[in-house]
Amino acid sequence: MDGTPYLLDGANWAWSSPGSIPHLLLSHLGYTGLSVLVGFVIAFPIGLLIGHTGKGSFLAINAGNAGRSLPTLGLLSLLVVYMSSQGFLPVLIALVVLVIPPILTSTYAGLRSVDPNAVDAARGMGMSSSQVLFRVELPMALPVVFGGVRAAVLQVVATATVAAYVGLSGLGRLLVDGLALNDYGRMVAGAVVVAVLAVVLDLLLGLVQRYVVSPGITGRGLSRARGTRSVAESGAVPEPELVTSKGTS
Amino acid sequence: MNDVWTYLSQNQSTVLDALQQHVVLAVLPLLIGVVVALPVGYLGVRYGWLYHPILNVSGLIYSIPSLAVFVALPYVLGTKILSPVNIVVALALYTVALMARTVADGLRSVDPTLTEAATAMGYKRTRRLLEVELPLAAPVILAGVRVAAVSNISLVSVGALLGVGGLGALFTRGFQLFYTAPIIVGIVLSIALAAVADLLIVLFQRAVTPWTRAVKGA
Repeated sequence: MDGTPYLLDGANWAWSSPGSIPHLLLSHLGYTGLSVLVGFVIAFPIGLLIGHTGKGSFLAINAGNAGRSLPTLGLLSLLVVYMSSQGFLPVLIALVVLVIPPILTSTYAGLRSVDPNAVDAARGMGMSSSQVLFRVELPMALPVVFGGVRAAVLQVVATATVAAYVGLSGLGRLLVDGLALNDYGRMVAGAVVVAVLAVVLDLLLGLVQRYVVSPGITGRGLSRARGTRSVAESGAVPEPELVTSKGTS
Repeated sequence: MNDVWTYLSQNQSTVLDALQQHVVLAVLPLLIGVVVALPVGYLGVRYGWLYHPILNVSGLIYSIPSLAVFVALPYVLGTKILSPVNIVVALALYTVALMARTVADGLRSVDPTLTEAATAMGYKRTRRLLEVELPLAAPVILAGVRVAAVSNISLVSVGALLGVGGLGALFTRGFQLFYTAPIIVGIVLSIALAAVADLLIVLFQRAVTPWTRAVKGA
């Protein structure tokens, strides 16, 4: 019933043995990075389009709710059985499905929360539609968009453990193998490493956000803007926790 | 599709048991979590310096993956790894983390002129909290409850990886048998359960905040 020996045993950290913690950590980060990247490439442009034009907002608002109630473990099991494949593709699809809702919803909500006066002023200065989007709306929406990305990363880091369930690598291996071998120490080790990874990643992303977002637009300034409140009341992304909801990790 | 109906007719009791377990494992922690979060959120408003620490701690708790918590709790609580208690405690913890912030923000959103009016009418602190501030904060608080309910329902199925019951057991069974029917049944029931829970909370909100509709109708 003790987790420390497994974590403190140098052999479990040796780079030379393939199943050691560094290898699992690396593959875990690889699954996470690839899934977030693919999900971002799909969701971000759609979110920009919907947020900029205001058309199809129904999709953006409901994506979040739908994504939250879909159990990832069930989706993954279904994909593996249906595709008769235990490779990476079913895992990637299941994780990308998890990434899309928070990024789509937060991009939309971020653009909608931009002060309409600023947009009008930009138009009045003769900016084209795409200039308004990329020079005014997007920079001002960045804190909210970034919040969605952070939530997506956290969910995927937590959920990527299911990759081990269908025979792949990643930190879930420690949990799945530990359970199969009745080695509780190994499971606790896996739990601790995943938890620390999630917390560290969140802190790092918070740091990145601080440097990426223009100093003129702090999160506090944004939440004071009138536009934010009206989006909240419309139910798009009422509170930050709606964006940072937990998935089926 | 035929597979699904065949499976359902042959495994009716298994599916119903799983559904029932799922409901208990999702609703119990929701109730516990909300009851604990109410005073915690109130403290964050009553003593302003507590607001940010509460926010930070709940953010931290919320970022820990659920599977990790499910595995680590037996070590902390001294329970068996297969015990449903772990799931209940873990989800209650998440609910508190999510709701403490929402309760605090909800209470803060109450128009101060209204609380001043209540004070002027002779309401003491406790009565003012229970009869004026809490009802006015209800829409914000219940929005948080909706999120917590839906994510709890989704998270319970992760417990199946450790062998704890619920609809997640249908996923693992389908995976082991390489058979889609139980998986589809599990996913559909899980989504339906989330939708029903969401609807019930919305109806509850309508019942306890009749004034929100009266204003719109006027």
